[in-house]
Amino acid sequence: MRRLFQFRGGVLLKEHKRDATAQSVQPATLPKRLVLPLQQHIGEPAEPIVAVGDKVLKGQLIAKPMSFISAPVHASSSGTVVAITEHPVSHPSQLNAVCITIETDGQERWKERQQAVADYHQLPPEKLREMIRDAGIVGMGGAGFPSHVKLNPGQKAVDTLVLNGAECEPYITCDEMLLRERALEIIVGLRIMRYALQAKRCIIGIENNKAAAFHALQEQVRNTGADFIEVVQVPTVYPTGGEKQLIHVLTGKEVPAGGLPLDIGIVCHNVGTAYAVYRAIEFDEPLISRFVTIAGSVARARNLEVLIGTPIIDLIKECGGNPSTLSRVIMGGPMMGIALHDESIPVTKVTNCILVNATISDVPLASKGSFAMPCIRCGNCAVACPVDLLPQQLYWHARAKDFDKVQDYNLFDCIECGCCDYVCPSQIPLVHYFRFAKTEIWAQQQEKILADAARERHEFRELRLERDKREKQERHKAKRAALTANPKTKAGDSKDSAADAKKAAIQAAMKRAQAKREVNNIPPKNIDNLTADQQRKVDEADRRRSDDQAETKVKATPQTTNQANTQSKNSTAQDSSQ
Amino acid sequence: MSLDTTSSPHIHSGIHITGMMMRVCLALVPAIIAYTWFFGWGLIINIVIAITTALCAEAMMLKIRQRPIAPFLTDGSAVVTGLLLAFCIPPLSPWWITVMGAAFAIIVAKQLYGGLGYNPFNPAMVGYVMLLISFPLEMTQWVPPNIVNQLGVSFVDTLNIIFTGNFPYLLSIDALSMATPLDTVKTELGLNVTVTEIVRGNAIFGDFAGIGWEWVSNWILLGGLWLIYKRIITWHIPLALMGSLFVISFFFFMVDPDIYLSPMFHLFGGATILAAFFIATDPVSASTTPWGRIYYGIGIGVFIYVIRTWGSYPDAVAFAVLLMNMAAPTIDYYTQPRVFGHSGKDASIKDTTIKDTTGEGP
Ligand code: SF4
Ligand code: SF4
Repeated sequence: MRRLFQFRGGVLLKEHKRDATAQSVQPATLPKRLVLPLQQHIGEPAEPIVAVGDKVLKGQLIAKPMSFISAPVHASSSGTVVAITEHPVSHPSQLNAVCITIETDGQERWKERQQAVADYHQLPPEKLREMIRDAGIVGMGGAGFPSHVKLNPGQKAVDTLVLNGAECEPYITCDEMLLRERALEIIVGLRIMRYALQAKRCIIGIENNKAAAFHALQEQVRNTGADFIEVVQVPTVYPTGGEKQLIHVLTGKEVPAGGLPLDIGIVCHNVGTAYAVYRAIEFDEPLISRFVTIAGSVARARNLEVLIGTPIIDLIKECGGNPSTLSRVIMGGPMMGIALHDESIPVTKVTNCILVNATISDVPLASKGSFAMPCIRCGNCAVACPVDLLPQQLYWHARAKDFDKVQDYNLFDCIECGCCDYVCPSQIPLVHYFRFAKTEIWAQQQEKILADAARERHEFRELRLERDKREKQERHKAKRAALTANPKTKAGDSKDSAADAKKAAIQAAMKRAQAKREVNNIPPKNIDNLTADQQRKVDEADRRRSDDQAETKVKATPQTTNQANTQSKNSTAQDSSQ
Repeated sequence: MSLDTTSSPHIHSGIHITGMMMRVCLALVPAIIAYTWFFGWGLIINIVIAITTALCAEAMMLKIRQRPIAPFLTDGSAVVTGLLLAFCIPPLSPWWITVMGAAFAIIVAKQLYGGLGYNPFNPAMVGYVMLLISFPLEMTQWVPPNIVNQLGVSFVDTLNIIFTGNFPYLLSIDALSMATPLDTVKTELGLNVTVTEIVRGNAIFGDFAGIGWEWVSNWILLGGLWLIYKRIITWHIPLALMGSLFVISFFFFMVDPDIYLSPMFHLFGGATILAAFFIATDPVSASTTPWGRIYYGIGIGVFIYVIRTWGSYPDAVAFAVLLMNMAAPTIDYYTQPRVFGHSGKDASIKDTTIKDTTGEGP
């Protein structure tokens, strides 16, 4: 029996999980249209490689990543591309984003798939990561971080691979159903991931309210005889499913603030990701479908296997929801989900649940927006906070826009789990304030970076002008010296030779500069007047090159790698434009 | 299509201020009954006067300050202030004492500082201290236990006493009143009488504190424990307050039991229990971090002892609480819990038990 470590705080929530787990998971009806956002992950959006009017096959690559931290998008079904435009997507600030819309032809014709991998142990981990990246797999628990990045330990040794099956939010049951119905596949996926990470052992954490899933998994682990996999039941407390919280519960280790689990030799993936990895490696199937829970006020709450890109309204209708009475639709759970602004928003790779009209009678809904009372400093929020922040102080300073103070109180350790909000007797929308403060601080930092860059540019320009002036003066001086030196022949010999040496040095320098210019002037590649196809291939090669470069860099600092990438992209652009 | 798009979380525990305040009031009901049993109807009448005044003052001030009246009037905080203040006022005090105390508490100590959530001092204690300083005579005319029962002072009689100052059976306030046990000890200790002699020589002393008072304290204790159980308050302040008072009084008691009162007397003799569970735990003016609450409670306990023993006021609860109110922001600043994932020693003593907020709990 593994010793468990409870984190402090958290809340007990009503589960509301029974309805949707009563029946087995069925594929959802094929929608008429699929809307595929180019960014369903953390990182840079993918770039479309199809045009309106193109016919696409199921599983075909339709948008490719342009940097290391990104993920490709594939057609979830066969059909025709009818639009590449802005479309409402699930976003906390209700933005629209570019999506590829496919009109399905109902034939579900697959692209040509590779032979199944006979034994993934034959492949090097890099190859597996590449396959996982090409399959467009991202963290399916909600964050959507590209999985190939998280499966790359770099120089660090991975001790434990934690598979997150906690699923602590009310209503959501898609991981539970996946565990129940695809336990073997998940185990295989987990082993592939373990191999890619070269991890010593694996722990699967499941909340103790999912007995069926736990037993299914345990049986499969026993059958496969994988003694390095441990299936562990953890207490049902929100937010046990948080990555850092689950790691703490299972291992007693705390991921350092601002750090990654990898820093303490742990990597955490979602069970859905393990399943997707299995499909990708064993069947060459990209991530084009996932389990989604449809719950709330629908006649038939359930889990469906949904094609990525399916508009949520189709699913709500399929489960017996009344489209005319929609008032609030949440993508995700009631604690951290996003309230959607449009019913045509599609399911993405990270959509785990669609919660319809969550004004459910037994859950008193915060009368937010109406009237929040002042903070009475009762400290309920601090008791509930799983990361031991003092939300009341954060709130105080965030409201006063004292952004230095909020950072002193560790605003950026807030995981936005909503526990504080949930228990606040004054019904203050605390998380809202925290998000606001974070966004403001980010904006300020961005501004500062820009300002710094501008200042540097300015200073550099000054410097250059100064240098130009100096050089000009020196040239004049040299000329004058030469003129005055000439008439005096013998006496000026030594001086002359000095001037000559100077001249020679200047000339040499100029020659070098000339040579450099010439090199730069030579177009690096004969990439003018290419056909679209050739261009694509060139780009492809470019990307591979830059990816390889990126991959040799330290993985623990994805931000910098990302920046380096964009920088190198920019510089090549400048080069060719010269 | 217009869908509701408030930000997460989308559900709430359903606990709100009014509910918390009402539970605080509910927790005091047994003590009110016990108090009435021993000391007559005075307390109940005072409670009604104090709460009515507090609500009127609150409404008036909200109106003047142009704040929404309904939500603040129904939050229950003024009711609690009135209730606590009434507990601190002698049961047969004239009505205007109570009215002035309650009005001062709400208008000056609460609303002028910005209303709910902004008052640095506990309003009930501010009101009480104002009364104690302004009307020292009226504020020390306490009723001995059981006397109203023995004399058969009825509810109507009590009303008469409070509102018109007319005493039944040609009695007077002097006949009906006396000092509290703590007061008695204080005065007689000044006359070089030993504690043992004082306790033996006065009928008001019971098993370990004053008759009646000790029973009221017991019921307050029970109500307070219920509040902890319902998680309206946390254990930190009551435990720290009573613990520190116990330790320090035990020490001096051991040194010389003739001039220092026993720990039990300190805990149950005065308003200690009320302070520990109901007054010091007022969230707005107390410390808010877990460790901060412990230091805050210890501070009050120490001040209570110091002022009771060497100061000039017999029951020091109000002064101790107000003094620590001043220190609360500083304490909070220096007692921030260690945040998850930050290095440094684990200074957090938060409850690891999880709150049952499903509404299904007891
Ligand atoms: S729970 Fe709400 S009222 Fe209580 S301290 Fe926190 S923010 Fe203030
Ligand atoms: S939302 Fe942030 S501050 Fe609130 S409980 Fe969660 S981590 Fe703590």
